[in-house]
Amino acid sequence: MHPITTAHYLWLSAALLLIGTVGVLTRRNIVVILMSIELILNAVNINLIAFSHYLHNVNGQVFAIFVITDAVAEAAVGLGILIALFRNKETVLADEVDLLKW
Amino acid sequence: MVNFLDLIWLIPLFPLAGAALMLFLGRSLDPQGARGHHPAPLRKVISFLCPGTVLLSLIFSAGAVWQLAGLPEKTHQVINFTWLAGLPFHLADGRLASFAADWGFLLDPLSSVMILVVSGVGFVIHVYSIGYMAHDGGYYRFFGYMNLFVFFMLMLVLANNYALLFVGWEGVGLCSYLLIGFYYQKKSAADAGKKAFIVNRIGDAGFLIGMFLMFSVVGSVRFLDVNRVLAGGFPAETAGFGVLSAMALLMFVGATGKSAQIPLYVWLPDAMEGPTPVSALIHAATMVTAGVYMVARSNVLFRLTPETSAIVAAIGAFTAIFAASIALVQNDIKRVLAYSTVSQLGYMFLALGVGAYWVAIFHLFTHAFFKALLFLGSGSVIHALSGEQDMRFMGGLKDKIPITHWTMVAGSLAIAGIPGLAGFFSKDEILWQAYSSPSGSKALYVIGLVTAGMTAFYMWRLMSLTFYGRSRVRPEVHVHESPAVMTVPLIALAAGSVLAGWIGTPRLWGLPEAFRSFERWLEPVFAAAAAEAAGHGAHDASVEWLLMGVSVLVAILGILVARYLYQVRPEAADSLAQALQPVHRVLYNKWYVDEIYDFLFVNGLGKGGGRLASAFDRIIVDGGVNGAGWFTRFTSRLSIWWDTWIIDGTVRLISFTVKMCSYPARILQTGRVQAYALFFVAGVLLFFGYYLVR
Repeated sequence: MHPITTAHYLWLSAALLLIGTVGVLTRRNIVVILMSIELILNAVNINLIAFSHYLHNVNGQVFAIFVITDAVAEAAVGLGILIALFRNKETVLADEVDLLKW
Repeated sequence: MVNFLDLIWLIPLFPLAGAALMLFLGRSLDPQGARGHHPAPLRKVISFLCPGTVLLSLIFSAGAVWQLAGLPEKTHQVINFTWLAGLPFHLADGRLASFAADWGFLLDPLSSVMILVVSGVGFVIHVYSIGYMAHDGGYYRFFGYMNLFVFFMLMLVLANNYALLFVGWEGVGLCSYLLIGFYYQKKSAADAGKKAFIVNRIGDAGFLIGMFLMFSVVGSVRFLDVNRVLAGGFPAETAGFGVLSAMALLMFVGATGKSAQIPLYVWLPDAMEGPTPVSALIHAATMVTAGVYMVARSNVLFRLTPETSAIVAAIGAFTAIFAASIALVQNDIKRVLAYSTVSQLGYMFLALGVGAYWVAIFHLFTHAFFKALLFLGSGSVIHALSGEQDMRFMGGLKDKIPITHWTMVAGSLAIAGIPGLAGFFSKDEILWQAYSSPSGSKALYVIGLVTAGMTAFYMWRLMSLTFYGRSRVRPEVHVHESPAVMTVPLIALAAGSVLAGWIGTPRLWGLPEAFRSFERWLEPVFAAAAAEAAGHGAHDASVEWLLMGVSVLVAILGILVARYLYQVRPEAADSLAQALQPVHRVLYNKWYVDEIYDFLFVNGLGKGGGRLASAFDRIIVDGGVNGAGWFTRFTSRLSIWWDTWIIDGTVRLISFTVKMCSYPARILQTGRVQAYALFFVAGVLLFFGYYLVR
């Protein structure tokens, strides 16, 4: 039985980052994109905490708390923009919102 | 003792003051509506004031003339101030002159005759008007105009230069217009006024041009200077060929307008639309003689141009017989007198044309009396018949209006040329001069003689139809003799008609000098003409006696024929008119001159001018407007082309270039968030990949 090492945490974090990045790039629904962004942020958090544990330094954990706070604020703003967008364009699909070109 | 000679400038101002008072106060003295048998009480003020101003002029005139007679040199000039002044310039012959016209007055034998006639006859007619106009509205207006007329007329005859004479000349024309159209509600009267004004204007244009020509050649318009320059052997060569003739002829054109000669006589018969005193004063005694006065005043000029004088004589003779022929058949009592006036004025021009200037003025003088008398008498008849002017509705008035009748008899016999009365002396002298003068001829004499017979005929026709025979007066008319204020002037003028001729008796009669004082009095003015005539005076006395006898015979014959046709056997006149139907019709319609003028000038020129003006409008004015529009459109098209191809082209070229260059950048800008995110991720991967590979 192998013990769970820091490397495992790092692999998990990398996997989450990859999943989140692919989700952001491929999914059309903005809600899902926001969820994917959460995955990316959480991958970062796991990374921070893993290194905090490995280095015996609490700074990483504090930073993770800040990231969570930041994610909440980002989700609130993102959903607000989404609602405003839906009211105007009746869509939640990212590829249908392409006003900002040329 | 007042020095009247230096006060001659005052003479015209009295009537002007009267006219001004009527203008400002007349209305309050004679309120509108106060007419007919209950005149406003203040009307008496007008009745005294307006004739009074003329009486003052008469007194001053008489005083001045009396003092003039005492002078050795019978010329007195008063210059108040320079009225018009211009810059100096060179005349045609190199002399330096500057245009200047005085406000100045000249009293010499000629103008003294004129001012006495104007103020004397004018005063008598003013008095007569008090009675004649009593039942008319606009009493103050009438007297205001009459006073204004007397002012201008006195200016005309007293002026010492042509420019100031022209002021009076135009002024009397204005007053004539105002008084002809006095009954302005009547269309015919208003039209007649306009006709008189317009026809006169044609003549006035001639006079003006003549005056300017005179200044540019002679260098002055002052009578004395002009006469001195012209009489002092003015070389016609320096003036240029025909200039003097043109000058004289243009002035004569002015005279034909004012004095109603062919071809500009047509206004005078129509002028009878005015009140009868106006016809007497303006259109018989004074204003219409202005042309005669002006030509006589320019006698030096006219003597220098014999060909113009010949034209004057021919026009005068022709006018005399032409107008007399029309007068033969007219039915309106005033129209007969109007044509008679034209005819008598023709006599005066005949005399002027043959160089017998003093005779023309003499006839003017006697004519003023008897023609004013005849007009006022006819006015009295019209007044008695309550406005009837047609002689077919008169007759048998002899005993009903005796004073009018007897004075009219005097006037008629005077104009007919019965020996002893005024008209005989002047007319006979004209006929004699037409025959004997070096520039006269037998043809002119014969025309004058025939006219004399016609004159006697139409005058006695008028008398017969009016006063004798069976009464044809409409039964509802109540015939009444005029009041004393009208009959006294008639008697005064009748006295003049009988006696005025005795100061100009023929030399042949051998009476004392006093009986020939008129010629002697005017001698200084017409000295040169008199000297020339004296040189040719060697005519056989028996011829003169014979001609005098013939003219008397013709006059008596005319009267007897008229008496026979219209009094003894009235039906003979009708059958004669029937027999001579075409002639009668032409004469009755005044030779159709009015119709011809209408056709030629009023319609022909007027409408032709209208067509010309419309063509001008269409082609020139509209063409200009359309051309300007076309040009604007053309230039705007050019401008559009420039805008479209050059300005817009440049702008579009620039934008097209930018667009082409930006094309690669544009395809990256999809607007999709995920595409941008993909670039971002790719960039990050490349970045890390670079570090990993290195």
